[in-house]
Amino acid sequence: MENKVKVCVENLNVHYGEKQALFDVCMDINQNEITALIGPSGCGKSTFLRCLNRMNDVIDICKVEGSIKIDGQNIYDKDIQVEKLRERVGMVFQKPNPFPKSIFENVAYGPRIHGLAKDKTELEEIVHTSLKKAAIFDEVKDRLDETGTSLSGGQQQRLCIARAISVNPDVILMDEPCSALDPIATAKIEALMEDLKKEYTIIIVTHSMQQAARVSKKTGFFHLGNLIEVNDTETIFSTPANDKTLDYVTGRFG
Amino acid sequence: MNSNSLKISNENLKRRLNAERRFKFYGVIAISLALIFVLILFTNIISKGYSAFYRTLIEIKIEFNDKVQPEMFKQMSDTEINKLDLYSFSKKNIYSNFPDIEKKSDKKKIIKLFSIEFEEEIKTYINKNKNNLGNTINLYISASDDIDQIHKGNYSRDIPEERRRVSNFQLSIYDELVGQNKVKFEFNLPFFSRGDSREAELAGLGGSLIGSFFTMIIVLLLSFPFGLFGAIYLEEFSKRNRFTDFIEININNLAAVPSIVFGLLGLGILLNTFELPRSTALVGGITLSLMTLPTIIIATRASLRSVPPSIREGALAVGASKVQTVMHHVVPLALPGSITGTIIGIARALGETAPLLLIGMVAFIVDVPSSPLDPSTSLPVQAYLWNDSAERAYEEKTSAAIIILLSFLILFNLIAVFIRRKFETKW
Repeated sequence: MENKVKVCVENLNVHYGEKQALFDVCMDINQNEITALIGPSGCGKSTFLRCLNRMNDVIDICKVEGSIKIDGQNIYDKDIQVEKLRERVGMVFQKPNPFPKSIFENVAYGPRIHGLAKDKTELEEIVHTSLKKAAIFDEVKDRLDETGTSLSGGQQQRLCIARAISVNPDVILMDEPCSALDPIATAKIEALMEDLKKEYTIIIVTHSMQQAARVSKKTGFFHLGNLIEVNDTETIFSTPANDKTLDYVTGRFG
Repeated sequence: MNSNSLKISNENLKRRLNAERRFKFYGVIAISLALIFVLILFTNIISKGYSAFYRTLIEIKIEFNDKVQPEMFKQMSDTEINKLDLYSFSKKNIYSNFPDIEKKSDKKKIIKLFSIEFEEEIKTYINKNKNNLGNTINLYISASDDIDQIHKGNYSRDIPEERRRVSNFQLSIYDELVGQNKVKFEFNLPFFSRGDSREAELAGLGGSLIGSFFTMIIVLLLSFPFGLFGAIYLEEFSKRNRFTDFIEININNLAAVPSIVFGLLGLGILLNTFELPRSTALVGGITLSLMTLPTIIIATRASLRSVPPSIREGALAVGASKVQTVMHHVVPLALPGSITGTIIGIARALGETAPLLLIGMVAFIVDVPSSPLDPSTSLPVQAYLWNDSAERAYEEKTSAAIIILLSFLILFNLIAVFIRRKFETKW
């Protein structure tokens, strides 16, 4: 059974000044699935991910061409409001980056600026549900006033996931979310992703091929700015169509 | 490996260790020299200046008579008493404390032992005690600056009489008073409340303290908001191009411009073009703000830059706008650094003298300013003015003014260090 296409990328070209980072990338990403992006460092997979919620806009020299449609709407259209887009496409970063504020404030910030809660009880409700969805509520429910930075690395990352889902997005982008975490924390995040995909479309960039194999339904392999191959994860790891992919997944380079 | 190879040192290693020892030794020497100089400076200033914090009083007896009766003061208000002419009454009463002296020239010398404002001091005493005055009262009035210096031991009595400001006759009277236990020290409160004066025993820091206070308020009000928002705009919002590079270079250059140049600017633009009132804390404040502004901008930009980009990304990723990201997350984290920079900038402005000389804050001003629009001096300028005065008594006042100035600077820097320690987030 194929899920419906959520994100449709066509002919995406990205330049950082003179240097071209992505070449004609075309890719469909299905709803309520986890899609993994793998490839050696500097291959453009993070750049690709950051195009999906226009985080590259902050970089002056970055130029994006082509189209990215989410639910049929091109997010690079002129009348698109970036703030609204990022409300729908959340992001979790490589290094946990909670705000140096209380745990509660970390999660409440998004709903507050978007006016998602009418009053304090509603805001608390949103914060609690988000923390529960991120599987961290039980660990922090007694100390919501403590600063987010006082948590352990794995907890911080789950707090960041709670922060991302607090504004009720459709898509969650994860940029190597476990690279700064130990195996136990990583396992927790992976289990969490398994839960989250029921509600959200998840796209994860990872350096760990085992992780891609464990969590994702589909995998895309990037090399030198080109999307070499995208297919079912099983196929990519067992019988890839491209030799480069085979070399990479078998550890011959990268 | 030979078991002894870790113990036997070879020539090369010896040389390296010696070099290390020499390097440490040079460092210790440099630090010690610096500390010694600071110590000499502080001992010098404090030993010269501490005596300005107390003053000499002499006890005298006042007898009321038929013309000036203690009862008559009861109905009078303070201002009425202050308007009375009690000069000759006071003078005669002082004379009668020394019944043996009859020559007129000697009587004049007696009066010179006391502060020139003896009449006012007697009136002040009457004012305070008008409801329970007896027929005779004993009160302390200030000694003249020369007797004050003698009593503090700042004047040597051994120099020949013709070169001394206090005659042998006056000294003998003074010794007599000391013998009768009528001379005492008291904390010099007027030194902190009065304005400048040509009479050394009356000159105080009050005017320049208030002047400096007003000036610093103006500096704070002008340079902090402009500096903060200027830095936020340049660091977070402006696009990097030739124009902003040009501005950045200019700000850095401005921070290194000699302060007297800002004085010339203040004189040329604020006083001559805009005709703002001369010698006022307002003009001084604006001039010093121009000097402080680059310091604050540079400090604020540095602390904005030290906020990790991941915080900005975190806020942007939940859909905060650029302004929200900066105002909600970046600025609060950069604020301690910015405030620290501001305090240090203000401390620098507080000690600044040269630009104030050019805009006329160097005038002799007796009245304590009551607003930033009144003519005033500032602490360092007051020290500079006193240092130029001939009387010996101003020497201790100069040092005392510097002690007060240094205390404020140290206090400001301590506050800055405290804020940095307490509120700065470590990453």
